[in-house]
Amino acid sequence: MPVNEFVVRVGGDTLEGGIIRTGEFLAHALARCGLEVFTFRTYPAEIKGGQAMIQVRTAEHPIYSHGDDVDILICFDEEAWEIHRQDFNPYGVLIYDSKFEPRNFPGTAVGYGFPFSEIAKIRLRNPVSKNMVILGVFSALFGLPKEVFEQLIRDYWGRRGEKVVSANITALNEGYEEGRKVEKRDQFRIEVRPMRDRLILSGNEAICYGAIAAGCKVFAGYPITPASDILEWMMEHLPHFGGTPLQVEDEITAIGTVLGASFTGAKAMTATSGPGFSLMTEFLGHAAMAEIPCVIADIQRAGPSTGMPTKSEQSDLYQAVFGGHGDVPRIVLAPSTVQGCFYVTVHAFNLAELCQSPVIILSDQSLAHRTETIPPIDLDKIILIDREVYDPIFHSENGDGYRRYRLTETGISPMAIPGQPGSYTAEGLEHDEFGHPNWDPENHMTMSEKRFRKLELALRYGEFYPGFEGFRWYGPRQADVGIIVWGSTAGAVREAIEMAEQNGISVAALHVSMLYPLHKEVVRRFITSMGRVLLPELNYTGQFAHLVRGETGLDVVSYTKVTGVPFKVREIYEAIKELAKETVAVR
Amino acid sequence: MAVSAEVRERYKSDLKPIWCPGCGDFGVLTATFMALGNLGLNPEEVVIVSGIGCSGRFPAFTTAYGFHSLHGRTMPVALGVKAANPNLTVIAVGGDGDTLAIGGNHFMHACRRNINLAYLLLDNNLYALTKGQASPTTLPAQTTDSTPYGSYENYVEPCALAILYGATFVAREFSARARKLAEVIAQAIQHPGFALVHILSPCITFFDTYDLYKQQVKELPPDYDPTDMHLALRYATDMEQRWVGVLFKTYKPTFEERIQAIREKAMQRYQGLTLQEMLNRRRV
Repeated sequence: MPVNEFVVRVGGDTLEGGIIRTGEFLAHALARCGLEVFTFRTYPAEIKGGQAMIQVRTAEHPIYSHGDDVDILICFDEEAWEIHRQDFNPYGVLIYDSKFEPRNFPGTAVGYGFPFSEIAKIRLRNPVSKNMVILGVFSALFGLPKEVFEQLIRDYWGRRGEKVVSANITALNEGYEEGRKVEKRDQFRIEVRPMRDRLILSGNEAICYGAIAAGCKVFAGYPITPASDILEWMMEHLPHFGGTPLQVEDEITAIGTVLGASFTGAKAMTATSGPGFSLMTEFLGHAAMAEIPCVIADIQRAGPSTGMPTKSEQSDLYQAVFGGHGDVPRIVLAPSTVQGCFYVTVHAFNLAELCQSPVIILSDQSLAHRTETIPPIDLDKIILIDREVYDPIFHSENGDGYRRYRLTETGISPMAIPGQPGSYTAEGLEHDEFGHPNWDPENHMTMSEKRFRKLELALRYGEFYPGFEGFRWYGPRQADVGIIVWGSTAGAVREAIEMAEQNGISVAALHVSMLYPLHKEVVRRFITSMGRVLLPELNYTGQFAHLVRGETGLDVVSYTKVTGVPFKVREIYEAIKELAKETVAVR
Repeated sequence: MAVSAEVRERYKSDLKPIWCPGCGDFGVLTATFMALGNLGLNPEEVVIVSGIGCSGRFPAFTTAYGFHSLHGRTMPVALGVKAANPNLTVIAVGGDGDTLAIGGNHFMHACRRNINLAYLLLDNNLYALTKGQASPTTLPAQTTDSTPYGSYENYVEPCALAILYGATFVAREFSARARKLAEVIAQAIQHPGFALVHILSPCITFFDTYDLYKQQVKELPPDYDPTDMHLALRYATDMEQRWVGVLFKTYKPTFEERIQAIREKAMQRYQGLTLQEMLNRRRV
């Protein structure tokens, strides 16, 4: 559908500058035209230079993935064309800097070349305004009202003064006039729709807002791609909400600080990526042993080791679920949308408090740095859960003092907070109910059971937060093909199922957001209700597939990919089709 | 060293210390009780954070709140406690391996952050809980189970390090001088900023330094000026005489004061904006 439904990609060397901003402006402008938007970006790991790209998909209906083919490609340079032409819709539109001539250009596509660099450098004497010239051209070619961009420029640069604003508007107008001069030879266009009430946020921003909404008072972090923007946001905003954000010397300190703060009664979190999470695992065990609530957001990137820091992968599941020495109970949640990043963060704090346990949020680079239009968030509708605090009168002990690790049915023991009666030592050694070190064999059994008992309460979290399930079942109760999915891959799966249904394939999906503890019975029921079950995920070894097999004793077909970029809808659809053929053949 | 029954009752827990009889750490524990008693601190408003090693067990022997953390990670946890509630009195306890080997990185940043807490470094010149291996403060003449041919690394002097890292109060004492030690600990607790007390605390089992320190330990001269950093470094690094007393003292804004200043700036920037209003600003 060429009206209001297409994918735009902007590519170029970051030395040119402004590539990502061009895409961000486009996304905001399209959203202000009453459309839904969903972006995706990759950027080089180099400090300066290297190819970056941002993709913006728009539609009138909700969008769950960034789209497979690029309908409108904007190339700042020849290298960008060479990189992106493999994804270029042969019936699409290329807008390029006429300093180069695109080779192997499909005859079915439409190309518009403009001397962007020359216009910016020579005519405008403002080389950095090239991206605004491009937006002007875009406005003229596709009918996106120029006023929308003008207002965006004012909103974005208003604080920097009229001079900056007018320089950018001049560039925009220059591009607009250029665009009007050419004859339109394509069918893509924008029709403005009534404004929808939408927020536009990135996944990492949504985590930050979620943390503040949940009552986070201490944040500690260490810079790491792709989680650094969470640290930066917290450093700027958390003090305003009465909290303390800290950039510390390493990730060990980050998690240690979080535990110290939470022990002292503050809700606390850290955010990192795989390498940082690895450093945190010793303290993760301490949090489980000493029963200290904490939230760790792991914004996954391609590993192992330093890996591909700016590329996306879902390959930290093993370390999130199994990382640590000894038996370490923990809760692992995975958002799949920007909106989900907000709510999952709220749930993470609630679960940490409820179960006095570490909670890990598994996001990833593609989700962290994409922007989406999402429905408004009403903070009044959020339910907050606080830990059970020791009350010397209400929790009458047996006269022999406060038992920090009192054995209870749920495994939850009321927690004393420094400053109030009930002083105790938070203990990383195995301990008895009082927290006194204890190596008695029976005691280690009892206390291990106590700590793991809390995970059963985590599975019942929906009783505390109505509407939370930890999973969502899409499609029929029985189908030829089932898909189990987690994290950011869920979006492509949702669209692939629609495509499969339209093509007459019987398919259902189970999207799991609480990865650990796993709602085993639901997963088991899903697998046994489907002909074959596909489990697509962005890692090499099929990490969630392993977990599902281990937890349910049932098999799934693992479908993995490690190219650093998310699945395309078509890839998942093809896999469904293949599996459907096999299932039908067996039947 | 005698400590009044009243003080003992208030600060000593029911848990019996697991240290060897004669361990220097007993002296530190007693001195800490005395310091807390002299300052009249409520144990429920005191948090003692420790790492791993013989010194790691310290918090549980008191009636204060305790946090027995991980090897070397005393400072991260103490930082978190202070970040969450600056009104609490925080005492951090670490051994020489804890502080200078596995936790060496944190030690530097804790000093330069100038967190308002007292850090008791219980230095016994080796790893004792793991039964006698070399540490960064193992003495040149010392052999250990892990350095049977003697140490192949230089001794690290913690007081000099702390001064250069930006600590604002640096003292040294000997665990056998409990009354003096109690005075220094009380001063460290009261000092606004990061206060290191380097405590020579002999390990009676693996490397008994009582006799050595009895010879070497000497009080700072009466006219000693603790505000002179160069003088402090000279006295701190003297290995012939181990000078005890307050080696260095200065005043800089504390971590808590700096955080408060940041909070005020942020509140000024956002002018009472609620989270809901901030979110609503992100409307398209």
